Amino acid sequence: MADPLLEVRNLKVSFRTEDGTVQAVDGVSLTLAEGETLGIVGESGSGKSVTMMSVMRLITDPNARIEGQVFYKGRDLMALTQDQIRGVRGAGIAMIFQDPMTSLNPVYRVGWQIAEQIQAHDHVSRQAARARTIDLLQSVGIPHATERVDDYPHQFSGGMRQRVMIAMALSCNPDIVIADEPTTALDVTIQAQILGLIRKLRDDFGTAVVLITHDMGVVAEMADRVAVMYAGRIVEQGSRRDVFYQPQHPYTWGLLGSIARLDRPKPRRLATIPGLPPSLLSLPPGCAFAPRCGYRFPACEQTPPLTDKLGNGHLDACHLDPQAKKDARASAAAPPELIEDST
Amino acid sequence: MLTFIVRRLLWAVLVMFVISAFVFVLFFKTPGVDPARAIAGRNPSPQILAEIRHQFGLDRPFPVQYGLMMKDLFITRDLVSYSNQGQKVVPEIFAAAPATLSLVFGAAVIWVVMSIVLGIAAALLRGTIVDPLLMILALIGISMPVFWAGEVANLITQSRFHDTFLFSWVPPLGYTSFTQSPVGWFKGLLIPWITLSILYIGLYARVLRANIIETESEDYVRTARAKGLTERRVLLRHTLRGSMITYVSLFGLDFAALVAAGALLTEVVFAIHGVGFLFFQSLGNLDLPTIMAIVVYGAFFIVLANVIVDIAYAWLDPRVRPT
Repeated sequence: MADPLLEVRNLKVSFRTEDGTVQAVDGVSLTLAEGETLGIVGESGSGKSVTMMSVMRLITDPNARIEGQVFYKGRDLMALTQDQIRGVRGAGIAMIFQDPMTSLNPVYRVGWQIAEQIQAHDHVSRQAARARTIDLLQSVGIPHATERVDDYPHQFSGGMRQRVMIAMALSCNPDIVIADEPTTALDVTIQAQILGLIRKLRDDFGTAVVLITHDMGVVAEMADRVAVMYAGRIVEQGSRRDVFYQPQHPYTWGLLGSIARLDRPKPRRLATIPGLPPSLLSLPPGCAFAPRCGYRFPACEQTPPLTDKLGNGHLDACHLDPQAKKDARASAAAPPELIEDST
Repeated sequence: MLTFIVRRLLWAVLVMFVISAFVFVLFFKTPGVDPARAIAGRNPSPQILAEIRHQFGLDRPFPVQYGLMMKDLFITRDLVSYSNQGQKVVPEIFAAAPATLSLVFGAAVIWVVMSIVLGIAAALLRGTIVDPLLMILALIGISMPVFWAGEVANLITQSRFHDTFLFSWVPPLGYTSFTQSPVGWFKGLLIPWITLSILYIGLYARVLRANIIETESEDYVRTARAKGLTERRVLLRHTLRGSMITYVSLFGLDFAALVAAGALLTEVVFAIHGVGFLFFQSLGNLDLPTIMAIVVYGAFFIVLANVIVDIAYAWLDPRVRPT
């Protein structure tokens, strides 16, 4: 197999705070192949955004401590100089952020902001950059792009602004686009449009996509492979089919169980995972999910390694052996302890 | 745009009316203040007082007095000082204005340049010892009253160290006009400029530092970095631009307040006969016509500054532009 386009090796990110050290990312390893779409799922604070921000070296907090390696086309991004990483940002790896309302600079015209990125990487004239900007705006579906290019961000709706952000991300033909919850701040109908657009552009441009989301539905629609994160670690990783149809980690069971399904009998109450995510300040030793897990047993006091127990590239970090999981899943349509109804 | 200008002009007239009426009422209704006595000098006889009252129109009804004064000030422009017989007030102010403008302009240049340099330095060096040191220095600058700092500066440059090579170039106190001698103008104003700007350097550096740090955490600054721009461009084009909005509105108002006789203490300490100095004297003499004229002149500058700040604001932030 050829070298992956992007490989994250044992990434650890911690922040010094007044209350102690917060271990936001704790030994994450990932790979991304060319043209592939990787979905990173997890709830707020699970470290999914921090992981990808670290890859771009966008964490400017002086209290942050980042360890590990990130290889992009054979170069370790962590070892690059400021000037070298600058050349990667935007040109090699581009990013789409969560909130299009605040991610564009309100005082500059949108066209100017896209052209600024083009001119930062390619030595082209202002006219050429502008022409390319208009093409990009057209390709992301902004009507009247020739006029809209001179509008300010506040003159666009949220969905249109996210289209602008996508155009900006694609402006230098990056190999990888990191989309950090690109649809979270948008209306549901607009979400579908934006996801459709990302999918279309991914296919047209052949860009690899890292899609950070907490929405299993988005992952199901977009991703080739899925990584599930919990408390700064990856707890399950595999192809979309495997993760959705043979989920191996009880946390993933919980996530999948909490989705409203139209093709099943309506439950009295939607399943939830009891308890709260642990504080990253004082993470207890062992499996971070154990306190909320209905299947915990003494072995859970040891940190489970992320291993390929089935031998098919489907990794999970759970001490239960595959047969025990199968039994647990079979004993109920959904794991009983996880959807215990408290009414 | 036209409605904007018209609305602003009407606003200016209203502000000037309200301020002048307020000062007028304050002056006449303050217990123990009798302009006729102030004019007449020591121990006047009742006859003389009555004569003065009649002569200056002080026996007329209150609104009429106000109207007469405004007529003299704006229409015939021959309003005469109470205390300085025969001195016309309007030309006096116009004669004093260049000194004040010279003082304030020079100080503003120093304080803008210095505060931007210090504010950026402190924000960029956050986490090092330099930042708190600069901010303490700024706080000391803010805390020094200008009359005290001015007197200390005079003590050093005019007396104690005047004969050393450091300050032998400092001319005696007073103002030399630019047309008379540009070099003398500069030499005479340099110490007053620095003295006046100390407070504002401290204040503005602190405001700018806080704004830069706040803007640094904006999503669009993160976007700018993710686009692969140089740190320098991120700072100048994105962070600083976003931080300047507060700075500019603060600057407009402070600058106008200083032009409108607000640099009074500095002018008095350095014997610069500007509008502030004139105001200081007329307050001491209860010279209502001069006070009134300076107040109206000051109000005009404040309103003008507000308009300029609004325009600058719209230039800086397209979201507030009328569409």
